[in-house]
Amino acid sequence: MDPPSRLRPSQMECEMKSPIVAAGFCFVASMAAAETPVLNILTYDSFVSEWGPGPAIEKAFEATCGCDLKFTGAGDGAALLARVQLEGAASDADIVLGLDTSLTAQAAATGLFAPHGQPGTNTLPTPFADPLFLPYDWGWFAFVYDKTKLKDAPTSFEALAVSDLKVVIQDPRSSTPGLGLLLWVKAAYGDKAPEIWAALADNIVTVSPGWSEAYGLFLSGEADMVLSYTTSPAYHLIAEKDDTKAAAHFSEGHYLQVEVAGKLAATDQGALADQFLAFMGTDAFQSVIPTTNWMYPAVTPAAGLPAGFETMITPAKSLLMSADEALAAREGALSEWRAALAK
Amino acid sequence: MARGFGQVRQSGPAMAGGWGARIVAATLILLTLGTLLMVVLQAGGGGLAGPDWAAVRFTVWQALLSALFSVLLAVPVARALFRRRFLGRGALIALLGAPFLLPVIVAVLGLLAVFGRAGMVNRGLEVLGLPAISIYGVHGVVLAHVFLNMPLAVRMILQGWQAVPGERFRLAASLGFGPGAVWRHIERPMLRGVLPGAAVAVFTICLTSFAVALTLGGGPGATTIELGIYQALRFEFDLPRAALLAAVQFALGAAAVLLARGVTVPAGFGAGLDRGGAFAPGGWRRGADGLVIALAAGFVVLPLAAVVAQGLPGIAGLPASVWAAAGRSVLVALASCGVAVSGALVLALAVASGRRFETVAMLPLAASSLVLGTGLFLGLHGWISPARVALPVTVLVNAALSLPFAFRILLPEARGMQADYGRLAASLGLQGMARLRWLVLPRLRRPLGFALGVCAALAMGDLGVITLFAGEDSATLPLVVQRLMGAYRMQAAAGAGLVLIGLSFGLFWLFDYGGRRGADT
Repeated sequence: MDPPSRLRPSQMECEMKSPIVAAGFCFVASMAAAETPVLNILTYDSFVSEWGPGPAIEKAFEATCGCDLKFTGAGDGAALLARVQLEGAASDADIVLGLDTSLTAQAAATGLFAPHGQPGTNTLPTPFADPLFLPYDWGWFAFVYDKTKLKDAPTSFEALAVSDLKVVIQDPRSSTPGLGLLLWVKAAYGDKAPEIWAALADNIVTVSPGWSEAYGLFLSGEADMVLSYTTSPAYHLIAEKDDTKAAAHFSEGHYLQVEVAGKLAATDQGALADQFLAFMGTDAFQSVIPTTNWMYPAVTPAAGLPAGFETMITPAKSLLMSADEALAAREGALSEWRAALAK
Repeated sequence: MARGFGQVRQSGPAMAGGWGARIVAATLILLTLGTLLMVVLQAGGGGLAGPDWAAVRFTVWQALLSALFSVLLAVPVARALFRRRFLGRGALIALLGAPFLLPVIVAVLGLLAVFGRAGMVNRGLEVLGLPAISIYGVHGVVLAHVFLNMPLAVRMILQGWQAVPGERFRLAASLGFGPGAVWRHIERPMLRGVLPGAAVAVFTICLTSFAVALTLGGGPGATTIELGIYQALRFEFDLPRAALLAAVQFALGAAAVLLARGVTVPAGFGAGLDRGGAFAPGGWRRGADGLVIALAAGFVVLPLAAVVAQGLPGIAGLPASVWAAAGRSVLVALASCGVAVSGALVLALAVASGRRFETVAMLPLAASSLVLGTGLFLGLHGWISPARVALPVTVLVNAALSLPFAFRILLPEARGMQADYGRLAASLGLQGMARLRWLVLPRLRRPLGFALGVCAALAMGDLGVITLFAGEDSATLPLVVQRLMGAYRMQAAAGAGLVLIGLSFGLFWLFDYGGRRGADT
C-alpha cells in the first residue's frame, strides 16, 4: 500500500536493464515518483519513535491521501521551534507538529506560519482557539507518586511545601514541562509565586534537564514525586499492568499543556497540509494518541478513551494562560524561580 | 658530496608532516571557530546578563575542583597500579576506561544507585542509624566528574610511569635510592610532564558539563555555561548570545591549555633500551598501595555494577530497532576513531618536532557541541538535506570532539620518541611510510591502541549533533536510548544503555588490549 515500497521494484529494474533502456525506464519511474506528493512534517523525537504515535498515524493518513507522509524528528518541543527558526522560509517542512502553548507566541512572531483554516472543534477542558495553531492533544501537569510508598499525597503546592516530601522537577530553561510548572505556579499564585518557590526549595531534590531524566530519577527511588502528567499512571496501568502510580490532585487547579500543529506559510503542499490538519481531528488520528503519547486526544474519539483512562484523576479546575500571556510572564517568572532556588 | 655528515635534512617527512598537520588544524578550526562564526552571524539580541556571569563562575569553580580532585586522587592509584602485580590487574586497568565512556545519564543513574537517596550508602547508613547524606549540590557534581574522569587521569598518569625507561629504575635500585629519592629524581619530574596535561583535559571536559551539573547540582545554583547556551539556542533563539557564551567557554579552555603548557616541564629521561622494571617498595607501602587499589576499584566498580544490574532485565525484550541502531553506532565509532587518531597522530608528531599545534588540537575539547551542531546545520542547510548527511556529519564531529583525547594520549610518547630516536631516524633517512612503519607505529603502539579505544568508545556514546541531523533511518544507539526513555520505557532504556556500554567497552578493550599486548612482547 505504501508508495515507497511500490517504487522499489522499478528501481531494481533500473540497475538490470541495458543503459539506454534503463535511462528511459528510470526517467519514467522518476516521473511516477514525482507524481506522488510528499508531505513533510517536522515534529519532536518521541512522536516519530516506534513507540510514539508517528508510525500508526503515517499508515492511517497514507491509506487515504495517496501521498508519502514523512516525519522528521528534531529533539524536543523547544528544539523543534529552534529548528523551524534555523531553517526559516527555506524549510522543507510543510507542517510543524508538537509545539505547546508556552511556545506558540514565539512561533507566531516568526511570521513563518499560515492560518490553518480549520473549524478547530475540540474537547479541551477550557475553551481554546488559535488561528495559526490547531491542538491535537493535551494533558494536565501533575505530580506523580507511588501509592504504595506515599499514603497521603499533598493536595496543593502549599501542602507540598510544608511537607518533607522530595520532588524532582525539570528545568524551565531546557524543558517544556519545566516551563509548564513555572507557568502553573504563576497562574495559580500570581505575585505570591516567589513565596511558593521559596517554600518549595527544600522539597526539590534536584532539577533535571528534561522530562525523561526526571522520570527516571523518580522511578529509581530518588524522589517521592515527579512533575509529569495526570495521564502518566495510565502508561504504567495499561502498558505494564502496574496500578501503583497515581497523580496528586491539587486544589489550585492544574495547568494544561496543549500540543499543537501549524502549517508553514512557505509550504509547497498547501492542499495536502490542509488535508492532514483536517485528518488530525478525526478518530483515525485521535484514537492513536492516548496509548502512544499518553495524553488526552484533542477530540475525544467516538469510541471513547481506552480502558484504564477512567481511573485517572480529573482536576476540578484547569489553568491555562493565553500564548501571549505565557510569553509575557516567562522572563519574570524565570528570574523569580532562579532567585528563589539558587541558594 | 659537500653535504656534512651531521647535517640533518628537514625536507621530506617533516614537510609532508607539516602539511598534514596544517590540514588537520584547519579542519578543526573550521569545525569549532568556523561554526561559532556561523552562529554569531545570525540576527538576535546578544549580550551577556548577570545570571550568565554567575554561570561562568560556577562552571569554572566546579571544573577546577573536579580537575584537582581527579588528578590528585589519580596519582596514588596510578602509582600503586604501576608498582604492583596482582591477579586481575589488567582487567582493572581496562575497567578504568569504562566510566569515562558511559553516556552521562547512565553514569548518573549508576552513581545514584550507590550514593543517591535510595542508594547503597544511604541504606547502609540507615541500618547503622546514621543520618542520610545527600549527593545533590556542588559536591555531587564534583563526585560525578571525579567518577567519570579520575579513571582517565589514572590511565594518562600510568602511561607516564610506563614511559620512564626501565634503566632509570634499575639505576635507582643499584644506587640504593629509597622511596623519597625515587620520588625526587624520577617520579616528580615525570609527573611535572604529565599532570598539567591530564588536569587540563579534565578541566576542559568539565567546562562543557551540562546534564551532570544540572541533574546532581540540585537547582539553578548549579547552572553551567552549556545550559545557558542550550537555553539561548532552544528557548530564546538568541544565537549571538549562545555564540558569546561559547566564546567564553573557548577562552577558558584556551587559557587552561596555555597555563598548562607554561608549567609543563618534559621529564627528559633520555632513551632507554626497554620499558618495565618497576620500583616496588615493600613494608607498609605495600599495604597502602593495596588499600588505594581496593578503594579505587570499589569506587569505579560499584556504580558500574549497578548499571549492569539495572540493564540486564531489559535486554531480553529489546526491539529490533535497537540492534540496527547498535550496528550503525559501531560503524560510526570505527570510522570516527580512525579519523580522530590519524588526525591526532599527525598533530602530535608535528608538535613533538617543534611545531605549534597544541592549542588547536585541544580546541574541540572546549567546543560546545550544541553550537557546533547549530553552526554546521546553518552551514549545510540550503546546500544539502541535513538528514542525508546525518551519519557522515556524526562521524566527522565525533572524530573532532574525541581528537583532543587521542592527542593528549599520544603527545608525551611522541615527544619521547622524537627526543630519543628523532636524530637517529633523520640520520638514517627514515621518512614517510618507512618511518611510520619502523619507528612510529612500533614505538607508539601502546598509546595508539589506547587512543583508538578511547575515541571509538567516545564516538559510540556521544549524542553530539545527531539530534539535529538524524532522519528516519539514521538513529544511533544513544538516540534510541533517549527515545526509549522519552516513551516511559525506562527498563528497555536501561537495557539498551547496557548494550551501548557493552559495545563501547568491547571496542575500547579490543583496541587497548591490542596496543598493550603488542607493546609488551
